Amino acid sequence: MPRRVALVGVGLTKTANRRKDITYPELTFEAVNNALSFTHLKPEDIDAVVYGSMDPFDGLSCPEKWNVDSCASAGVLNKPLMKISTGGTTGGSTALAGYYNVASGLFDVVLAVASQRVGETIDAQQVLNTCLEPCYERPFGFGAIMIAAMQATSHMHYYGTTEEDLARVAVQNHEHALNNPHAHLRFKLTIEEALKTRMISWPLKLADCCPSSDGACALIFASEEKAEKITSTPAWIKGAGQITDGYYLGDRTWYHEWDTLATLARRVYKSAKIYNPFKEIDVAEVYTAFSIQQILEYEALGFCEKGEGGKLLASGATSMNGSLPVCPSGSVICTNPIGASGLIRVGEAALQVMGKAEGRQVPNVKLALAHAWGATIGFHTLMILSKEKP
Amino acid sequence: MNTEELIEVQERWNIPYRHSAGRFASRFLIALRDEKKVYGVRCPRCKRVLVPPRPFCERCFVQCTEWVGVSDKGTLEGFTISYQAYVGLPTPPYASGLIKLDGADTALMHFVGGVDLSDPQKAKKAVKIGMRVEAVWKEERLGHILDIEHFRPVQK
Ligand SMILES: [Zn+2]
Repeated sequence: MPRRVALVGVGLTKTANRRKDITYPELTFEAVNNALSFTHLKPEDIDAVVYGSMDPFDGLSCPEKWNVDSCASAGVLNKPLMKISTGGTTGGSTALAGYYNVASGLFDVVLAVASQRVGETIDAQQVLNTCLEPCYERPFGFGAIMIAAMQATSHMHYYGTTEEDLARVAVQNHEHALNNPHAHLRFKLTIEEALKTRMISWPLKLADCCPSSDGACALIFASEEKAEKITSTPAWIKGAGQITDGYYLGDRTWYHEWDTLATLARRVYKSAKIYNPFKEIDVAEVYTAFSIQQILEYEALGFCEKGEGGKLLASGATSMNGSLPVCPSGSVICTNPIGASGLIRVGEAALQVMGKAEGRQVPNVKLALAHAWGATIGFHTLMILSKEKP
Repeated sequence: MNTEELIEVQERWNIPYRHSAGRFASRFLIALRDEKKVYGVRCPRCKRVLVPPRPFCERCFVQCTEWVGVSDKGTLEGFTISYQAYVGLPTPPYASGLIKLDGADTALMHFVGGVDLSDPQKAKKAVKIGMRVEAVWKEERLGHILDIEHFRPVQK
């Protein structure tokens, strides 16, 4: 039986395309220092570290080495540290690793850190293209954006989703990001403006796409006994999981559905005893790197029927005043330090459960969901955070 | 001392690699070069014809040994059109997608050409899911996936 685990500390950073005033370890330090201050814990109180990044966006093949001391002095205090890297789900997997380490009973207080300097790469797409195998697929450049665009062309073809529906996702997330001091892109965007931005990968325009961001996140997971000593507002892990899909993109051509995510959601909802996700979940932090994905995420997570994602958003149900606000943070479409983005989703969900999300707080959150996708849309992670002890 | 000045250290990675294509991709690529023909493998258990060919069926976890020729015509199952330039990729605009060749059960990733893509609003009517496409072969072939230049709409 896994032990009860709570998230007790959240550390976010300022995010931007370039943070020329700091080195990579200083960026990581900023996140970890904020997480320690949040909990009043000292580096000595951390039993183990899990560290996530997706190499080589930062131009380093082992950033955990340079960053080891910024992970609560892990290096000089000779702490155990494990590196996690699963593409875009890296941050989500890092959260899972933190949770598993405590749930297993092997460690009581675990620091989960993810940091990334996507802004240090001149052309992030060049790194993303190296995710594809070199014999059959690499010359076609199917890194993240082209797959997302294919999701969009398919959703438009099979369900009649429009460019306006996509623009509406961007607009809502930008509106939310205005409330989030940790967001990278913070400006008001209208549907007309979004539709006028230049075409990147049909039908995705610049406004439909995430930026390249430098940023980091640090979370502290604790066992039941420790968590209740550390804080009066723990965010309990009520359910969690990860799923993968086969390698070849051409083996599953139904891009208008995100069935791997739907399968994972069914598994995680079952273990968390969630029967009607749309009614029971109070806020969701999903990984929307490209506008179309939030529509697919609504559908796969059971917030609406297949093909109805655009309508759900247009109804206002997922806005800050709606019955299920989605991404009060502005999501990945406004801030994308890739390997950290999944961990930020978990941190944002935890802040909502703790009631500490400040200007982006949704009232009375009891249950929050955090999601990440990665590996050319094949991998997903989910975590359900609860105010009540499970 | 000017404390406002910040230094950026410039760096560039240029690391050569040699990737082993293995027996299966080698045979596939050589057939593109020498026969202008596309081959897949049939899974002995689920009987699916897998293109591109691979050493084992991922669903059944058994080795594939039977080679099957498939058509160089097929159906476009998914696509996008790129208007942004990226290092190492073609000059935009270009369309890329997944093509299920006649006789295959899985789709091959490739370019879609022979269509004017300059205006996205016109291009979206010219490139459609479900459209029939055929391979345009290069004259000079090197044993590479781009020995097929692209797939173009089937000429009626
Ligand atoms: Zn099989």
